[in-house]
Amino acid sequence: MAHRHPRPGDTLDGFRLGAALHEGGMSSIFEAIHPDHTYPLLVKLPRLDVGDPSHIVSFEMEQMILPRLTGPHVPRFVAAAGFEAPQPFLAMERIPGPSLLPRLRELPLPLDEVAAIGAKVALALAAIHRQRVSHLDVKPANILFRPTPDGLRGDAVLVDFGLSHHGHLPDLIEEEFHLPHGTAPYMAPEQALGQRNEPRSDLFALGVLLYQFATGVLPFGEPLLLSHVRRRLWRDPVPPRRLRPDCPPWLQETILRCLEVEPERRHPTAAQLAFDLRNPEAVRLTPRATKLRRDNWLKVLERRVNRDRSPRHGRPAATAHASPIIAVAVDLREQTPPLAEALRSSVSNLLRTLPGARVACLNVLLSGALNSDAALDEAGRSARIQRQAELRHWAAPLKLEEGRITFHVLEGSNAADALLDYAVSNGVDHVVMGARAHSLLRSMLGSVSGEVAAKAPCSVTVVRTREQAA
Amino acid sequence: MPGVSQSWRRSPDRSKDNAEMIAFLSDIHANREALSACLGHADRAGAKRYVFLGDYVGYGADPAWCLRTLRARIADGAIAILGNHDQAIFQRGGGMSGRAAAAIAWTREQLSPDDAAFLQTLPLEYAEEDRLYVHADASAPEEWRYVFSAEEARRSLEATPARVTICGHVHVPRLFGLTATDKVSAFSPANGVPVPLAPARRWLAVMGSVGQPRDGDPSACYALLDPETAELRWMRVPYDVETAAAKIRRAGLPESLATRLFTGT
Repeated sequence: MAHRHPRPGDTLDGFRLGAALHEGGMSSIFEAIHPDHTYPLLVKLPRLDVGDPSHIVSFEMEQMILPRLTGPHVPRFVAAAGFEAPQPFLAMERIPGPSLLPRLRELPLPLDEVAAIGAKVALALAAIHRQRVSHLDVKPANILFRPTPDGLRGDAVLVDFGLSHHGHLPDLIEEEFHLPHGTAPYMAPEQALGQRNEPRSDLFALGVLLYQFATGVLPFGEPLLLSHVRRRLWRDPVPPRRLRPDCPPWLQETILRCLEVEPERRHPTAAQLAFDLRNPEAVRLTPRATKLRRDNWLKVLERRVNRDRSPRHGRPAATAHASPIIAVAVDLREQTPPLAEALRSSVSNLLRTLPGARVACLNVLLSGALNSDAALDEAGRSARIQRQAELRHWAAPLKLEEGRITFHVLEGSNAADALLDYAVSNGVDHVVMGARAHSLLRSMLGSVSGEVAAKAPCSVTVVRTREQAA
Repeated sequence: MPGVSQSWRRSPDRSKDNAEMIAFLSDIHANREALSACLGHADRAGAKRYVFLGDYVGYGADPAWCLRTLRARIADGAIAILGNHDQAIFQRGGGMSGRAAAAIAWTREQLSPDDAAFLQTLPLEYAEEDRLYVHADASAPEEWRYVFSAEEARRSLEATPARVTICGHVHVPRLFGLTATDKVSAFSPANGVPVPLAPARRWLAVMGSVGQPRDGDPSACYALLDPETAELRWMRVPYDVETAAAKIRRAGLPESLATRLFTGT
């Protein structure tokens, strides 16, 4: 086919191509501008002179999935043309700045940065998983960050949905290829067996990335053969603390939980992983946290012999909906005992139907009550400890085991803002809170619950007792 | 196929909106309540054209009303093709099972000679642009073979040049795709989710049933095609099952024809 691959300066359906950002064997990516769009764009073009059909299917897959994804964690879709057009292309928002790829030169990274990166990527994964998409190719090159005005790193953005799976669309990759597709060092074991509908495969890949960023080495090396990729089904990685002794037990616990062979033993959702990475004190430690050696040969042999290595195509258990993060705003000062009780029974009812749910108990310490004075700092500290104790006391009748419930005293000048910030940055799925007790107070101070209910990115239950309403 | 290459091209600034949304309704089976619910739903969803894929009568208690409604829609430009139950009205001796045969015998008495003559005018298939509409397997429409499996879908797809075949007959929504490398995939569509019929492959879309769903979901099923984006959406529409079932019982039709409507089996 006498086809000239587009070059900078060419115009394609109104998109004027700029500098090439990437020229690969499968596709090229150009910066682009279009008179109708003010934000930076890029245009992705599959190579048409390559015989291998996999990049064509992968391009079709991305064309199908990207327009269906919304939110800050994916590039905005702009336009597309398929293979029936003279030149197929996919135009999308360009996220300025580098991916995580160049950071590989700086490894290992400071551990708090590893956790911060992990939390941002986990929140991005939670956002696409909620839209029924599993990325299935999570790796440094596919993770970017939205720039923020202050130059700090903003929301993580996932790119390249060419190997992704959408729960409600035909999977072109699954039907076309029998071999698993992905990037070998980061590929989850179930993916190596051909399963493509498991969102927790992305948690495994993120676990590999966190391990790599924390220790400077890949937990399973860089296998070139699929049979070598499958070794991770029975051979566990060297615990991070052995390579990086200052890696705290909670971080090792979190990384090794991501790297569990069975998806059921990983975090039930990406949001819960993000929560652990942001709340180290909330991580329930198991023997994984402190181990310094890999499992002994007997255990490995046993796993190797007993493993069912047949490809899996079953539907993953619907854990995502049963494992939400529930934030309960407990107002210790204004709530009457009946309201505190009603709030508790609301939470308790939710937990009964949601076995994987986690509860974050929140209380807001208004910053007007504090002062930067050193003496008062001490007062502030004891105020926080006192409130923590009160939260624990409120929650005690729920009888939740450690790891399922955490306690947080937030600070801020406005209770609603503090709660909303928390809900957004922790991927909270459901806020439960009490209504302000006195209608007089409510009319003077405004309704915190009303504001939270109006602005929260998730469900909000406002609990009110009958006596209160009367 | 110039119409198609345009259709796949998607851009938020869709200024030209000339391709009209098409509603596909199959296997109505004389279920008035289900048909009115689906037509109302499709009208509200913005459907401008209607394609009826056969089996207007049989099983249900409102054949005359359903045919009247169908004929009114045809007068407004709708397309209708023939189904095996419709054929059984004017052509004796098909291979109908006991319940179906009992329902056909009852239905004949409800219909006017004019209705029967109308059914006789319906074509076995209808092609427009790159699409083919047929009640059952397109490789031999008059044999009324079911398309359940990927291999049955392949037989149908390989028998015609159509890029998209739309059929009914099995009462279970399904989408089969034939890839460039000659593989057939099968997919069960989710309620209301648009599925793009990517132009690089050929598709066979099996509609669910309006009047007698059999996939375990008792709600009526029809589909909407947006020719502009080449996206097909299977829609599930709840309807008054109690009334439809009560009429079947009152008509003295086999009891199982009433009870199965509640379970969608």
